[in-house]
Parts: sequence; C-alpha cells; structure tokens
Amino acid sequence: MILSLAGRTMSEPRAPSETLNLLSRYGLPLLLAIAIIGYWEWSVWYHSIPPYKLPSPSGIVKALITDWPILSTSMWVTLQTTLMGMGLAFAGGVALGVVLGMFKTAENMLFPYAVVLQVTPVIAIAPILLIYYSAPAVVLMTAFLVTYFPVLSNTITGMRSTDRQLEALFDLYGASPMRKILSLKLKAALPYILTGFKIGGPLSLIGAVVAEIAAGTAGAGSGLAYRIIESTYRLNVPRAFAALLLLSIMGIVIYYIIVYVAHLLLKDWHESAMKKER
Amino acid sequence: MALPLISVDHVRKEFANGTVALENLTMDVREGEFLSLLGPSGCGKSTALRMIAGLADVSSGSIKWPQGGSAKSDIGFVFQEPTLMPWATVFDNVYLPLKLRGTSRSEAEPKIREMLALVGLADFAHVYPRELSGGMKMRVSIARALATSPKLLLMDEPFAALDEITRFKLNDDLLRIKQTRAVTIIFVTHSVYESVYLSNRIIVMAARPGRVVADIAVDAPYPRGDAFRAAPLYAKSCQAASAALHGAMGAHEHL
Repeated sequence: MILSLAGRTMSEPRAPSETLNLLSRYGLPLLLAIAIIGYWEWSVWYHSIPPYKLPSPSGIVKALITDWPILSTSMWVTLQTTLMGMGLAFAGGVALGVVLGMFKTAENMLFPYAVVLQVTPVIAIAPILLIYYSAPAVVLMTAFLVTYFPVLSNTITGMRSTDRQLEALFDLYGASPMRKILSLKLKAALPYILTGFKIGGPLSLIGAVVAEIAAGTAGAGSGLAYRIIESTYRLNVPRAFAALLLLSIMGIVIYYIIVYVAHLLLKDWHESAMKKER
Repeated sequence: MALPLISVDHVRKEFANGTVALENLTMDVREGEFLSLLGPSGCGKSTALRMIAGLADVSSGSIKWPQGGSAKSDIGFVFQEPTLMPWATVFDNVYLPLKLRGTSRSEAEPKIREMLALVGLADFAHVYPRELSGGMKMRVSIARALATSPKLLLMDEPFAALDEITRFKLNDDLLRIKQTRAVTIIFVTHSVYESVYLSNRIIVMAARPGRVVADIAVDAPYPRGDAFRAAPLYAKSCQAASAALHGAMGAHEHL
C-alpha cells in the first residue's frame, strides 16, 4: 500500500531517456512534415508547375487567407451539421444501446436492422435520400448513420460488462432497476461508450462530407466538401486544397476533443487512462 | 434457550440443469455466533450463503428469521473479490449501501468515517480502489458490509485470494471487529486452519451433492491470538475438521 502511494507522488526530474523519447515522439513527425512540405514547395518552384495542376504549399496558405470569408462560412456549415449528426448519434446510440443491452429480445428484434444500416455504404444511400429530403437534412442523416453504430454496439457490450457481484450487491440492498442502470451499469459501460465516441466522432465528418458531395453535384449545399467539388470544376485547385486542409484540421480537432474529454472522465479510475507507473 | 437468528430447514437447491448444489441443509444460526461453513469447492457452501442473503432462490425447504428481521434489511455481504466500484472513491464505496437505502451523504458521513476507522482506513477516504492493495480493498469491502449495521454478516471466502501474511492480519482484525460490533458471522472457507482460528462453530460440508457431514464446536474464548494457534484445542479442532472433511471426500470421490 505504501509502495503504490509513494509511486504516485514521485516527482523526480525527467530522466534523459524521457526527454529523448519526447523529442522522437514530436520532433520526428515534425521533421518529416518539414521535409515533405519543403520538397513540395521546391519542386513546384523548380519545375514551374502551374497551380491548376499542383499548387505549392505557400499557394494553398495564400488561398486559405484570401478565400477565408468563403471557406470559413463553408466550414461553419459543415461543422454544424457534423456536430449535430454526431450529437444525435451519440445520444441515440447510447439510448438504444442501453435498451438493447438490457433486453435481449429487443436486441434480437432490432440489432439486425442496425447492422443493415451500418453495412450499406452511406455514399450509396445519400443520393436516394436526396430524392425525398432537403440537402441539409440528408447531410445530417448520413452523419448520424455512420456514427451511431460504433456507439450502439459498444454501449451494448458495456451494459453487459457489469461485474455480476456488484449487481448482486445492488440487489442485496434493494436497488430499483432504474437505479441499477444509472448508478451501476452506465458507469461500468462508460469506458466502452467513450470508445464508441472515439470511433464514431470522426466518422460523422465523413458522413457529412459524403452527403455534401452527393448533394453538391445536385446543385445544393455550401459546406467544405461542396467547395472542393466547386473549386475543382473551376480549376481553382489551391482553394480545393485549402478546403481539404480545413476538413482535415476539423477531423483532428474533433477527435482530440473527444479523446481529451474521455481522458478527463476516466483518468481517476480506469486503467486505459492511467499513466504507467515505474 | 433463545430463538436462533436464522433457522435453515431442509433446504435443497437444484439448478436448472439438474445439478443438485445442496441437499437437505438444516442448521440454526445463533446470535453472536461465528459460524464457518467449511468444505471443498462444489459443496454448496457459497450457494447456501447466497440463499440466506436472498440472492438465490431455494428449491425446497425454508430459511426463517425466528427473531424477526429479513435478508433485505439485516444482512451485510462480503464477496470473494472486494467487488468495489472502480469509479468511486473508498468513501463512496462504503456509502453505497446507505445511499441505496436512501440515506443522504451528509447524514451518512459520520457512520462512514466510523467504519473506515474500524477497518484502519481512516486516511484513505478519497483514494480510488486501484491505488489500494488487495488486503486494503478487502477492508473497504468489510467496512461497506458493516455500514448498515447488519445483524448478520455473510462472508464468502473473503481472504482466499490474499497472501498468508495479509490473511492472518485480516483474521485478527475480523475477530476484533466482531467483538466491538457484536455481529453474527457466517464465514465460508475451504481452509481448515482459518475456520478453526476464527469460529466457535464449524459446519463441515461435502460435495456432489452438497451436504452437511459434521458440526464441530470450537470452545476457545475470544480474543484469540498466536497463542491459540499453538494450543492443544486448536490442533485437536483442526484434526477433527480435517477428519470430517477427508472422511466425506474419501467415501465418494477420487480427487
């Protein structure tokens, strides 16, 4: 006992090997990025490649700045639908997962359809949905469709992973079924649910982009993916790259926010969020 | 003689697959007793405990509380594993039974502090279970079981997974706790030595089907200490329990 507590409060200065470790973890990818971007910039200049074939990195940054009013508006549109689809999918996936996790018959009845919705390629569903619904609605639906499944299946697994003896303990003290769900099962399922969020969150961006592309070609929409299509039609390739860059930054930010929130929720008690003690 | 605390009458337990876990268990548990159920795995001792706790149904027979009381309100249970909620602090784990009974946190706090002090963990209220050793986790589990001041404490091989030094320490602590709390204990174990050291009555059980083969009194006074482990009565009781155990096993099984 004393050992484990002592280990926790240990705060010696970082060993040289740890500094080296940090340097290789952050320094090496950075170095690689600088090398590739440098080579890219140099070869565009050296071979005089026109920007409609391949824009230079500096050209992309320039497009990002000059086209910022258009791009930022589009980014906002995509971000809104992505977050909304993600939020709905998180809430719906957890809610349905709780029900299916509790009642085997409900799972037997509904889960096959959840699988069907999951395995049918969303890029094929989007144009069909567009026949019946407006473009923004379809973007939201596809963002939802690709996101809910990892949340749902992880929640089901989590609900079934409760320690049997802890459940017996709750029974012993006469806990109501609702109490058991809220105070026990959902908490035990939390690491699983958060894993579903980590997988599903970034997927919602993909869902939104897919629908924007499907809708964009039909002449509607103004999200980032639509900007990419539009820019390539107009041979404004630097802007297409700038929009792509923004999409990729959005994905990274969404992912790391989820990872960070998950870490905050689990850091006190779950092994996955612990620092290794040496 | 006063009414027993629990009266188990011809209880039989048969599982859905036809396995008979327990055959014809009859025993009275007297108030203040430290009763051990001693037997090999599969003898139904844990099943008996779960039925007394109301966590498993009896197939036939009855379990009664002649003095009044019920499994719902008067039992504390300590499982083989500490069975703590990893997401809750030591304090909140001990608070759980009181919370489930509707006691507010502030109302429960003095009781929780008292229980933690009783098991020697007063300074660990805000620590998470993962930071505790196996023995300390078991202490939290005991504190939790006692938080509702139960008449009867059921313990299902609570120290089986601990190292011997820790187990000896917890044995002594358990006897000390029993003296201060005046609680009746039913203690399931497969260790002859542990059952003799702790209890004043041992019910020896045999497996397939689970049944009682001997009822042995250990008439040594409490508190007991290392001196008791060297006493003739200790050795004699161990021999009696072992003989009952081996007699029952030898007759039916080839292990």
